[in-house]
Amino acid sequence: MSLQSFAPALPEIFVLAMVSLILVVDAALDDSKRHVTYALSLATLAGAAFLTLRDLSSAPSVVLNGLFIDDPLSDVLKLFVYLSTAAVMVYARAYLKARNLYRGEFFVLALFALLGMMVMVSASHFLSLYLGLELLSLSLYAMVALQRDSAVATEAAMKYFVLGALASGMLLYGMSMVYGVTGSLALGEIAQLLADGTDLRLPLVFGLVFVVAGLAFKLGAVPFHMWVPDVYHGAPTAMTVFIGSAPKIAAFGFVVRILGQGLESQVAEWRDMLVVLAVLSMAIGNIAAIAQSNIKRMFAYSTISHMGFMLLGILAGTQSGYGSAMFYVLVYALMSLGGFGMILLLSRAGFEADRLDDFRGLNRRSPWLAFVMLLLMFSMAGIPPTVGFYAKLSVLQAVIELGYVWLAVVAVLLSLIGAFYYLRVVKLMYFDTPHDTQPVAAGADARILVSANGLAILALGILPQPLMALCAHAIGASL
Amino acid sequence: MFGQEILSLVIWVPIVAGIAVLATGSDRNAPLARMLALVGALLGFIVAIPLATGFDTATAAMQFVEKKSWIPAFNVHYHLGVDGISMPLILLNSFTTLLVVIAGWQVIQDKVAQYMAAFLVMSGLINGAFAALDGILFYVFFEGMLIPLYLIVGVWGGPNRVYAAFKFFLYTLLGSLLMLVSLLYLYYQSGGSFDIQTWHRTTLGMTAQTFIFLSFLLAFGVKVPMWPVHTWLPDAHVEAPTGGSVVLAAITLKVGAYGFLRFMLPIVPDAAHELAWLVITLSLVAIAYIGLVALVQADMKKLIAYSSIAHMGFVTLGFFMFNPLGWEGGLVQMISHGFVSAALFLCIGVMYDRLHSRQIKDYGGLANRMPVFAALFMLFAMANAGLPATSGFVGEFMIIMAAAKVNFWFAFVAATSLITGAAYTLWMYKRVVFGPVGNPQVEAMKDLTAREFLLLGVLALAVLGMGLYPKPFTDVMHASVVELLAHVAQSKLP
Repeated sequence: MSLQSFAPALPEIFVLAMVSLILVVDAALDDSKRHVTYALSLATLAGAAFLTLRDLSSAPSVVLNGLFIDDPLSDVLKLFVYLSTAAVMVYARAYLKARNLYRGEFFVLALFALLGMMVMVSASHFLSLYLGLELLSLSLYAMVALQRDSAVATEAAMKYFVLGALASGMLLYGMSMVYGVTGSLALGEIAQLLADGTDLRLPLVFGLVFVVAGLAFKLGAVPFHMWVPDVYHGAPTAMTVFIGSAPKIAAFGFVVRILGQGLESQVAEWRDMLVVLAVLSMAIGNIAAIAQSNIKRMFAYSTISHMGFMLLGILAGTQSGYGSAMFYVLVYALMSLGGFGMILLLSRAGFEADRLDDFRGLNRRSPWLAFVMLLLMFSMAGIPPTVGFYAKLSVLQAVIELGYVWLAVVAVLLSLIGAFYYLRVVKLMYFDTPHDTQPVAAGADARILVSANGLAILALGILPQPLMALCAHAIGASL
Repeated sequence: MFGQEILSLVIWVPIVAGIAVLATGSDRNAPLARMLALVGALLGFIVAIPLATGFDTATAAMQFVEKKSWIPAFNVHYHLGVDGISMPLILLNSFTTLLVVIAGWQVIQDKVAQYMAAFLVMSGLINGAFAALDGILFYVFFEGMLIPLYLIVGVWGGPNRVYAAFKFFLYTLLGSLLMLVSLLYLYYQSGGSFDIQTWHRTTLGMTAQTFIFLSFLLAFGVKVPMWPVHTWLPDAHVEAPTGGSVVLAAITLKVGAYGFLRFMLPIVPDAAHELAWLVITLSLVAIAYIGLVALVQADMKKLIAYSSIAHMGFVTLGFFMFNPLGWEGGLVQMISHGFVSAALFLCIGVMYDRLHSRQIKDYGGLANRMPVFAALFMLFAMANAGLPATSGFVGEFMIIMAAAKVNFWFAFVAATSLITGAAYTLWMYKRVVFGPVGNPQVEAMKDLTAREFLLLGVLALAVLGMGLYPKPFTDVMHASVVELLAHVAQSKLP
C-alpha cells in the first residue's frame, strides 16, 4: 500500500498527530499558560477543516482495504463536527476556568472524541465503525468523570460507562450475526450480498434487532434512553454541551452508514422497529420534560424527543428521508449548542444556572440574551420563522411521502406537548421577575458566539435553502 | 421605485420598523421608541394605500403579484398577491396597527420599545398571512404571529396573564399543527407544489377531503373562534392589554375566517358541502347561545369578547350559505367587526385607564362626567347591536337574507341575535353610562383627551361611513367572490 492511498484520511491523521503534540506540549505548561493548549486545539480544528475543504470529494471512494470511505456525506458531517467542537471549546472556557477544570485533559479528550467521530462518519466497515464509536465513547466517559470530586458527575460517568458498554456489546453481537449471514464485515459487500437475497432470514433479523437496539442506545431513543437524563444532568455543563452536539451528528452518520448503506435492503425490517422507537421517544421525551425543574434534565428529555423526530426521517429509508434527518440533526446540534451555551454563559463560579428558576426574569437582566434564548426555545418547539420549523417540516414531509400520515399526526400532536415546556422557559424569562439580579458576567467571546448562534437560527429560518440543499447534495452524492 | 413590490413593503416596513424600535433599548429612550413606532405604523399604512387606489375591481385574478423562488428543495415560493377578499383585510390591519400604537402612547410605561416592536412585527406578519399565496409561506406568517401575541398577552397583560397566554398559544398551535400535516399531504397529492392556486385545482377523494376539511376546521375554527373551541378568547381578551385586545378582535380572528375562504372552501369543496351542516350548526350555536352567555357577563371585556364570538358566528354562517350575498355579507361583517370591536375595546381601555376596573358594577353615570365619550360609546354600542345606518347592520342583514334563501330556520335563529345583541350591549351601556353616579371615583373622571378623541372619532367615521354607503366595500369583493363561488360549486372528486 503506497503512502498516497492514505491521502483521503489526511484530516484524521492530522488530528491524531496534533492530539499527540498537544498531549506533550500541555504536560510542559503550567496553569497560567493553558491558553496555549486552547489555541492549539482550535488550530487543530481549523487545520482539519482546511484539509477537509481542500479535498472535497464529489463521489464516494472506498480506500484502505475497504475500511474507510471518503464521500460528500462524510465531508459535510465532519465540517459540522469541527464547527460544533470549536463552539463547545469557546463556550466552555470560562466555565472550566471557574471550576478548576481548565486543564489539558479536557482538550485532549475532546480531540480524541473528535477523531472518533471522524472515523465513525467515514467508516465503511464494521470494524472501523466500531473503532470510531469506542474512541468517541471512551473519551466521553472520561470527560464526564473529569470533575472527580463531584459525586453526581462520577455517578453519571459510571452509568454512562456501564450502559454504554452494554450497548456496544449489543451492537457487536448484532454485527457478528450479520457477519455470520453474509460472511463479510465491509458495508459495501454486505449490501450487495443481502440485495441478492439470503435464505438465512432468521439470524439476519435477529442480528438486525441487536444492531438497532445498540444504535438506539447510542442515540438515546426510548426505551434505551435511561442514561440520557442522568448523564446530561450529572456531567459538568461544559461536557454536556459537547455530548449534546457533535456526537449526535456523528451518530447520525453512523446510523445511516449501517442502516442506510449496509442493511439498506432490509429496510422493511428495520423501519417498523424505528417507528416504534420514534413514537416512544417523542412521547416519553416530551411528556417527561414537562416535569423537570432542572433545565439540563429538561434538555435531556427534549433531546430524546428530537432524536425521535430525526428517526422519522431515517425510517423513511429514502434519499429525501436521510436528507431531512441530516438537516434535522444539524439544526438540532445548532440549537443544543445554543441552549447549553446559554446555561454556561449564565453560570459563574459557584453557581450553575441549571435550574429553570435561574432563567426567571432574564429579560430584565439582559434583554438581548433573553431574546436569543427565545429564538432557541421557539426553534426547538418548531415555530416559524426559526429553523426548527423547517427541520420538523422536512422530516414530516418524508414521512407523508412514505404514506404514513398517521405517524405525522402523532408526531405533531406530541410536538404540541413539547411546545408547552419550551414556552415555559419563555414565560420565566419574559413574564416573571428575577430572583437573581446580578448582571450576567460572561466574556465577550461567549457572548458573540451565542449571539451568532441565535441569529443563525433566525437567518436559517428565513433562508433555509442553502443548508437543505447541502444536506440533499451530501446524501444524494453518497448513497 | 418599489412599483412592483407593494405587498413586500406592506409586510416588511412594519417588521423593519419594529426591529428599529427594539434597538432603542431601555425605557430611558421611551419617547424615541414611541416616535419611531408611530412613524413605522404610519409608513406601514401609507405603503398599503396603493393597494386600494390601484386595485382593479373588475377582475378576480390575483393582483400585485410577486413570485420568487424561496426554498427550491421543497418547491416553496415567496409568492404574494391579493384579491378582493384579502386586500381590504390588509388595509384594515395596517390601519388598526396605527390605532394601537397611538392607543398605547401613554398607557404603556413599562418596556415601551418591546411593546411597540411586538405590535409592529405582528402587523407585518399578519399582512404576510393575508398576502401569501404559498402554503408554507402562509403557515410561517400564520404561526409566526403567535410569538409576538404570546408576549403581548404575557408581559403586559392582567393578573391571570400567564394562564391566558399559554391557553391561547397552545390552543391555536394545536389547530395549526394538524393543518400543517394537511398542507404536506396536499403537497404530496398535487405532485410537489405548495402553490395555493394549484391546490384549488387538485382533485381529491372524499376521504382525503373530509380529513383535510376537519384539520382546516380545527385550525381556522380555533382562530375564528367557533363554538366550542372558543374558550381561549375570553381569557386572552380579559388579560391582554388594550392594544392586544384590539388586535386580537379586529385582526387575528379575521385570519381564521380568511382561511376558510382561501383554503378550506376552494381546496375541499365537496367535503365542505357535505359537512356544511356541521359548520352551520356550530355557527348558529355561537350566535344564539354565546349571545346569551354575553348577557350575564360582569366584566366588560369579557362581554365584548363573547359578542365577538357571536359576531364571528355570523361570518362562518354566511360562508356556508354558498351564495354571493352570504359571502359578501360575511366579508363586510369581518371588516365592520374590525372597526366596532376595536372601538369598543378602546372605549373600555379609556375607562380602565381612569378607574382601573373593567367591572360593569363599578361604573354608572358616566354620561354626566364624560359626555363626549358617552356619545361615541353609544354609537359603537349601537353598531355592535346591529342598528341600521351603522356598519354592524349591513353585514348581519346580508347574512340573514342569505340564510333565509337557504332555510327559513337558519335565518330565524340568526335573527334572534338582533334581540340578544341589542340586549347585552345596551344593557351594559345603560349600567355603565346612565343612572346616578354610583362611585365617588367616577365623579373625578375626565372626558376624552385629544388623542383618545382622535382614535374614537376616526373609528366613528368608519363605522358610519360603512353603514351608510357600503358599496365601495362590496364592489371590491364582488368579482373575487363570484369567481370563487363558481369554483367552489364544482366538484373536485376524481
